[in-house]
Amino acid sequence: METRYVGAPVTRNEDARLLTGRALFIDDVKLGNLLHAAVLRSPLAHARIRAIDTSAARARAGVVGIFTAADLGAMCKPGPVVVRPPPLDGVTFNARTQMPLVKDTVRHVGEPIALVVATSRYVAEDALDDIEVDYEALPVAADLEASARADAPRVHDDLADNVAAHVRQTIGDYAAAARNAARIIKRRFSYDHGCSSPIETRGVVAAWDAKADRLTVWDTTQAPVFLRNGLAGVFGFSERQVRVVAPFIGGGFGPKIMMFYPEEILIPWAAIKLGRPVKWIEDRAEHFVATTHERGQIHDAEVALAADGRILGVKDVFLHDTGAYDPYGLTVPINSQCTLLGPYVVPTYDSTFTAVFTHKPIVTPYRGAGRQHGVFVIERLLDIGARELGLDRAEIRRRNFIPPDAFPYDNKIIYQDFAPLRYDSGNYAPLLDKLLDAIGYEKFVRTEQPALRAQGRHVGIGVVCYVEGTGIGPYEGAKVQVQTSGRVSLATGVGTQGQGHYTSFAQLVADRLGVAVGDVDVVTGDTDQFYWGAGTFASRGAVVAGNAVDQAAGLVRAKILRVAAEHFECAEVDLVLGDGAVAIAGVPERTITLAALAGIANPMRGAVALGTEPGLEATSYFGPPSGATANGAHAMIVEVDPETMMIKILKYVVAHDCGTVINPLIVAGQIQGGVAQGIGNAFYEQLVFDDQAQLLNGTLADYLLPTALEVPRLEQVDTVTPSPLNPLGIKGVGEAGAIPVGALFAQALEDALELPRRGIELNEIPLSPNRLWELARGEG
Amino acid sequence: MKPAPFDYWTPESLEHALALKAEHGDAARWLAGGQSLLPAMNLRLARPGILIDLNPLSGLDGLTVGDAGVARIGALVRYRALERDAGIARHQTLLAEAVPHVAHPQIRNRGTLCGNLAHADPASELPAVMLALGARLQARSIRGERWIDAQDFFVDLFTTALAPDELLAAVELPAPPPRSGGAFLEVARRRGDYAMMAVAAVIELAPDGSCTAARLAYGNAGPSARRAPAAEQALVGRRIDDAALREAAALAERAVDPPGSVHASPAFQRHLAGVLTRRAVATAVARVS
Amino acid sequence: MTAPKARSVTTTVNGVRATRTVETRLLLCDFLRHELDLTGTRVGCEHGACGACTVLLDGLPVRSCLTLAVQADGHAITTVEGLAASDGTLHPLQAAFRETHALQCGYCTAGILMTLVAFLAEHPTPNEAEVRAALSGNLCRCTGYQHMVDAVLLAAPRLAGK
Ligand SMILES: Cc1cc2nc3c(=O)[nH]c(=O)nc-3n(C[C@H](O)[C@H](O)[C@H](O)COP(=O)(O)OP(=O)(O)OC[C@H]3O[C@@H](n4cnc5c(N)ncnc54)[C@H](O)[C@@H]3O)c2cc1C
Ligand code: FES
Ligand code: FES
Repeated sequence: METRYVGAPVTRNEDARLLTGRALFIDDVKLGNLLHAAVLRSPLAHARIRAIDTSAARARAGVVGIFTAADLGAMCKPGPVVVRPPPLDGVTFNARTQMPLVKDTVRHVGEPIALVVATSRYVAEDALDDIEVDYEALPVAADLEASARADAPRVHDDLADNVAAHVRQTIGDYAAAARNAARIIKRRFSYDHGCSSPIETRGVVAAWDAKADRLTVWDTTQAPVFLRNGLAGVFGFSERQVRVVAPFIGGGFGPKIMMFYPEEILIPWAAIKLGRPVKWIEDRAEHFVATTHERGQIHDAEVALAADGRILGVKDVFLHDTGAYDPYGLTVPINSQCTLLGPYVVPTYDSTFTAVFTHKPIVTPYRGAGRQHGVFVIERLLDIGARELGLDRAEIRRRNFIPPDAFPYDNKIIYQDFAPLRYDSGNYAPLLDKLLDAIGYEKFVRTEQPALRAQGRHVGIGVVCYVEGTGIGPYEGAKVQVQTSGRVSLATGVGTQGQGHYTSFAQLVADRLGVAVGDVDVVTGDTDQFYWGAGTFASRGAVVAGNAVDQAAGLVRAKILRVAAEHFECAEVDLVLGDGAVAIAGVPERTITLAALAGIANPMRGAVALGTEPGLEATSYFGPPSGATANGAHAMIVEVDPETMMIKILKYVVAHDCGTVINPLIVAGQIQGGVAQGIGNAFYEQLVFDDQAQLLNGTLADYLLPTALEVPRLEQVDTVTPSPLNPLGIKGVGEAGAIPVGALFAQALEDALELPRRGIELNEIPLSPNRLWELARGEG
Repeated sequence: MKPAPFDYWTPESLEHALALKAEHGDAARWLAGGQSLLPAMNLRLARPGILIDLNPLSGLDGLTVGDAGVARIGALVRYRALERDAGIARHQTLLAEAVPHVAHPQIRNRGTLCGNLAHADPASELPAVMLALGARLQARSIRGERWIDAQDFFVDLFTTALAPDELLAAVELPAPPPRSGGAFLEVARRRGDYAMMAVAAVIELAPDGSCTAARLAYGNAGPSARRAPAAEQALVGRRIDDAALREAAALAERAVDPPGSVHASPAFQRHLAGVLTRRAVATAVARVS
Repeated sequence: MTAPKARSVTTTVNGVRATRTVETRLLLCDFLRHELDLTGTRVGCEHGACGACTVLLDGLPVRSCLTLAVQADGHAITTVEGLAASDGTLHPLQAAFRETHALQCGYCTAGILMTLVAFLAEHPTPNEAEVRAALSGNLCRCTGYQHMVDAVLLAAPRLAGK
């Protein structure tokens, strides 16, 4: 089969709709008799609710319903644990999950207290102002370290302390390894992430059809199938009675996969109760406290190095802020724990973390999902180690790379998907060489930097490496069908938030069936179109769903050949597919279109042979045995104004290996977007809480997303090391851009300001002009 | 994030507008560009009962720059017009330099200079520019009109010398003095953000190069924009060399009283005031013509 | 004497006149999206910071979340629905966005197109730095902006050559 589309920079199927404003996003859903909801949220981080007075709000014209926890009855119970902890020896895990509406104790600012349903969002907001809540303020656990102490105010009264989880994983005997070390580098690192801030906030629209006994929910979810199953359980419906549609989604990045957000229960519940469709669109102020975050970790870490720079072992003890609840289990800290190992041989490892409840919004994965925390720690340790051993930064990394003949490489610890952390394939040194070449590392360090410094300019370079566990299980499925129009439809259960699935999946089908990419109509995220699936997370869409699509298309191809061979009374091997038709090779006048074949495959009268399945259709599922490990390296040259600490990125290069590439345009876009988020994380974005766990910068004027002026033009180079774990050889790419940027900034800025010469290190992220200024003055 | 209800007036004339404002006083707000008022209303931080929309009124968008350079800027002159006006570009270079630092193109297409000044956001760049230029502001009400010096106009956080019935009808910028130069500099987290620190400097030199007058004004430096008289004094009567720059910078650091924010501590803001003073004065001196 | 809390608004949107009676507090973005069903204009923050809601008001890009619907009375609005030709042919800037993969989720796209269409009318031959400055009032969380810059630099000569 000749490949025409896979690997080509195909323009996207979905773009015409998006560019002309015709794509359906959640707030575009329009239904007759629609009502609008608003949520009253707690202004305090920790409080007991003494009383709620909704009488004035009820009296307001246009208000249709006001509901508090008392009205929910049995529905008011904690949500599920979305991801259970992996089966590790000695794990402590205290599951505490959020309620749809707070019953008596508020545990973070923004927790929902009442739901207002009215004829317009304007009126619903007026009614929020009418509601009076009598709060008894309680002491607050805000700071991560303080919250971990035994005397901290407790987030959950029934626990002895604020420990949400405690996990230790080890490889070999670190203590023994450390005794043989030439150097032990020991530091404290802190890394704060942020909030994903998609430009579209969340939203839910629900309609209950009492006559058909069916609930339809439009939701900005990354996991529609999972949500449908959950809702069916909550309301005691059959899954067949519930349809969840994830329409076009304006960016996800992780937090849109959380379940259940309170509104995901409340809005369907209100629609059923009121017998009218209800819409809730989160506003930006709500988003900052009602959508999950990813936040801080504090690591006390050490690396034991041999004199030649080889890693003998790493020890790490860290705290992880999980917020007021932990519905997403241990995914984020386990990612930190595992990703710390990076592309390096780490013979011994002793890693312990404590996840801590605080009175802050819930923490769940946001692009990178804890990986960047781990990357930061190991990369910083190697930077410091290189300096102390008099080694070049690139060289210490090269010396520690897992050699290409060591794959599959078993790290002997458990990853977030419960499988052992085993790297499937990789070839790290050539990629680093490509990167150094592209950024001009040698020349910069030897001649350019000294020359610029002599002119009084403060320029620095950074080089960091990382691996990204992608494409984890369990599975995804796809159904491919040739319609009697000749167009091909493809349905999968994953949701899509801009990753280009409408196109990359279509490319796979187009190549298998010999049709144009534009002739493949992709449906994602509608549970009535495809029943099974897990969701879009952990850079798994292309890997897991992509392979399912490819398999299903392969089955349809086989069926096309069988039906066509019968039709022409020839052998299948004599047939060729192309241009939406099947022909006998070398006999172009003997051609039949796929449209006609689809008709033949679905006869309307007459008898068929026993066992015949109608239609040119097939469904297939794919589940990889374990994740595929992508890898990469970033380098940057940056200039700093040492007085104002304003920065200018002069050059930025990304080198990545994500296995087989379906569409290089889409991969380039994913990397660029990831780097932009990484830059935000490293230097612009920080959720600032005060000691009462009040968010001080909950607007897009003060929570600083990078603009076109902060994000530089990137250069990209790549190598291709296919994954042996899936037939297409794909590795995910969704998080590659974002993961190493914090480590890169710390290294490059340190270099630009020549801080190590003064004994100063940048061991925290995010940085900012203010923070750099303080640190450069020696104010730790 | 939707505004609370309000009465909305489109007055037929300026007189009608002033009469409405006189009647309703503080319960009513003028609506100019809406680029500060509407975000505050959407967040329900502001809930005016009455809005009087200036936009439909004619005659408030006058922008004239005389041959000598005196500029008169009406209440509805938008940033966009200032950015594209040849007279402003030629004669009022300090203002021309500052305006592009305010917000983004879409916001500058609507926002007005007078709205900005009347809003008196302590973090804004433009009150400082007015102080450095020695602007005069014209207040109008049914009681008549009066002129207020910029120095007296900015009273406190979001508070001006305007009475509840008054409109800031126009701003007048004097002609730049002969042998003077100006510079506007700021440090903001991102282009278009409010500055962590902003400085507007105007320097006048004698033919022998010694400084005859200096005006240094700061944004985001206290409850309202402020000048740094001691730093100005340190420059006057001498040639502006490195020592003079350093001295003025040190005095400026003491003159500002920055509030601090999630982006910058007061100490960092002070430090920036010093750095920017040095740079802005040096640039202004180099620009003297 | 009090002013009514509802008013009649007549605007010309994408060349078509429309009259509606609306509450005075209705934001222009909500008017376009929910009264006129022109849902191509997106809303991301409602405080002027993201640019998703940018439309042209008498030809100039403005934030429709910081404009009242009643203020559009007697004015002309252009939204993203007004860019492509009536036969569906994409505007050259839209086409360039597609060619360069300048959109991912597409949520910021309408506001960015409206901003850039006006920018290109005023700056027919921009350089990269100018394009980036013009884009700085629009947030995109997906793309990192680079392909958008490419799209503008691709479309500019095509538009100028028209
Ligand atoms: C995202 C964003 C970023 C911004 N960044 C900056 C920035 O960096 N620097 C900066 O300075 N500003 C910034 N602004 C604010 C912007 O400059 C506003 O346009 C300006 O502050 C107010 O002008 P306006 O004409 O829009 O006034 P409006 O919003 O209409 O009014 C503001 C206030 O002034 C009153 N008012 C208006 N006109 C008059 C008048 N003639 N007489 C008396 N009272 C009047 C109003 O009643 C109201 O109380 C930003 C705004 C946004 C949305
Ligand atoms: S929605 Fe108007 S600027 Fe964000
Ligand atoms: S493409 Fe998603 S926000 Fe820009």
